[in-house]
Amino acid sequence: MSGDALTLTETILEVQNLKTYFSVGKAEGKPLFVKAVDGVSLKVKRGEIMGLVGESGSGKSTLAYTVMGMYPPTEGKIIFQGQDISMPSAKRSLSIKKDLQIVFQDPGSSLNSRQNVRQILELPLRVHKIASKNGLEEKIVQLLKMVELPPNYMHKSPASMGGGERQMISIARALATDPQFVILDEPTSALDVSIQAKIINMLLKLQEEKGLTYLFITHDLSLMRNIATRVAIMYLGKICETAPTEDFFQAPLHPYTRMLLSSIPVVSEEEEELKPKKVVSTGEIPSPVNVPPGCSFHLRCPEKREVCMEVDPEMVEAEPGHFVRCHLYG
Amino acid sequence: MIVNKNDSILNIKDLHVHYRTYDGFAKVLDGVNLWVGKGEKVGLVGEAGCGKTTTMRTVLRILPENAVVPKGEIFYHGEDILKMKPQKLNKVRTQGISMIFQEPAAALNPVFTIGTQMFDVIRYSDSGKGRSKEEIKELAVKAIGEVYIPDPERILNSYPGQLSGGMKQRICIAMAIVTERELLIADEPGTSLDVTILDQVHRLLRGLVEKKGMSLIMITHSLGVAREMTDRIYVMYAGNIVETAETKELFKNPLHPYTLGLLESVPRLTGGGVAEGIYGRIPDYFSPPKGCRFHPRCRLSEEKCREEKPLLKDVGDGHQVACFKVQGVI
Repeated sequence: MSGDALTLTETILEVQNLKTYFSVGKAEGKPLFVKAVDGVSLKVKRGEIMGLVGESGSGKSTLAYTVMGMYPPTEGKIIFQGQDISMPSAKRSLSIKKDLQIVFQDPGSSLNSRQNVRQILELPLRVHKIASKNGLEEKIVQLLKMVELPPNYMHKSPASMGGGERQMISIARALATDPQFVILDEPTSALDVSIQAKIINMLLKLQEEKGLTYLFITHDLSLMRNIATRVAIMYLGKICETAPTEDFFQAPLHPYTRMLLSSIPVVSEEEEELKPKKVVSTGEIPSPVNVPPGCSFHLRCPEKREVCMEVDPEMVEAEPGHFVRCHLYG
Repeated sequence: MIVNKNDSILNIKDLHVHYRTYDGFAKVLDGVNLWVGKGEKVGLVGEAGCGKTTTMRTVLRILPENAVVPKGEIFYHGEDILKMKPQKLNKVRTQGISMIFQEPAAALNPVFTIGTQMFDVIRYSDSGKGRSKEEIKELAVKAIGEVYIPDPERILNSYPGQLSGGMKQRICIAMAIVTERELLIADEPGTSLDVTILDQVHRLLRGLVEKKGMSLIMITHSLGVAREMTDRIYVMYAGNIVETAETKELFKNPLHPYTLGLLESVPRLTGGGVAEGIYGRIPDYFSPPKGCRFHPRCRLSEEKCREEKPLLKDVGDGHQVACFKVQGVI
């Protein structure tokens, strides 16, 4: 873990009331939308590892892709290093693209299987004019060395490598442009734990060496406990709780966070102690086309009251730095 | 529940399975020994590609056509499944053992309703013989109720595509328990599901197995899941069982270097950073390493490990380990 969440000051990425809707046809004459991201505000400070946690369908990947410019935002602003970047990727300047990179979940499909590693790593170097024609090979060897792979991997194809090694190549590709901010979209969820541990260690080392900022998207809370400086929980397109990691795990406030924590299978008695007691996971995530009125979690919430069914709660600062969106703390 | 080995209902002895490919034989299983007692819940834990699913598919003889079994026996109530005549084997499949597959979406046929598929399961089993259509339907409705799905009648008329992932997995569980079976093999039921849903599926599965007095083999890559679900655990690495012990004992006193590495790699809720992981990756099955298959990745390996294959030996109280170092041979 690098730096304390509270001592970091400079905001590198700010997302203000961001909404990303997808049109999915009509019902009874009214247009229908999937509200994948529905009013998210988030600040990421330079040098931190922000963990964005949620289950599938919570909109965490859509949020990341919108920040990357892959989807146009329906509403709201994205400010990166002081610049408004709420436009689609094609309209962004090259220097922003250079500073903002992403590593995808599945290296099997995010690396071109018809190219070898050299071709894969060459493209960002050429587009951003990082290395001259003669210096390309040297730079590629450097990149491979950075992710602890031998130079002869240059001539391999992604298909001939293991999942872990492929993900290392994806990481090398993202870091080829020497970015400031990297979005990691579940980079290890397709991998075995022993390989996950290796990749995480490498990511932490690189973050420290290069002073990177990570937005780490995952569904794995135990992993975030160990590497994130701050954690944000997402449910049905909205952030429901965000806090510095220590506070977050010592005193989770939102009922959904408690449900998530109680569902994690753990390997020791000490961890069992940390899981919230008497919380039993129930229900499923409703479809984002048909978001329930009021608090979107009320259908599954063990502590729901009358007001939860009608009014959507506002985000409040329950403790310094610890924000929660729940009527229990309103 | 701990059972004596003599009461085993399934006993796999020295099982070898190879896959024939254009590149030669992939020697996947290399002498697997495993037994399950009556009413016992057993976990089979290992990383991707270690042969967990191959082992269980051999038990039901549903291996792909290019698989060969050069050696080994699988005793089910004293009779070798591998030598059974088709009629007898059919009886095992329809009345003795049932299996829940990893991918519920792939296990269900998309062009038949849930009802049609469930009725077939009942019709061809012992408990369905001579029953009327109404009785069969009643059994199906009861089973769907048991997996906590509301409105069973409507579900019976739906197609798999109309149900969510969690629902489909529950239907697969319902199909596996709808007729009386002695042994249930669950192959990572619902790895694709979210933590809060997975937690519900696991609790449901354990509850049903206990209620019906069935035996369970739980295949999983997660030590946490195995800890919460089973009485005894087998740890598998590259086609070998490397360690087996009662669940409590295994987590209190893990001995094999691979088990230790795996446990270390799991990120903990208590924090403390991420371990280094295990060096290297699973061996190439076309030319697996001589001696202990784990030796290229093992920090403790010596001359003998490279030459000779360690066998499972008891180190006290039924805790068995296949490692020369732990056995005190070197």
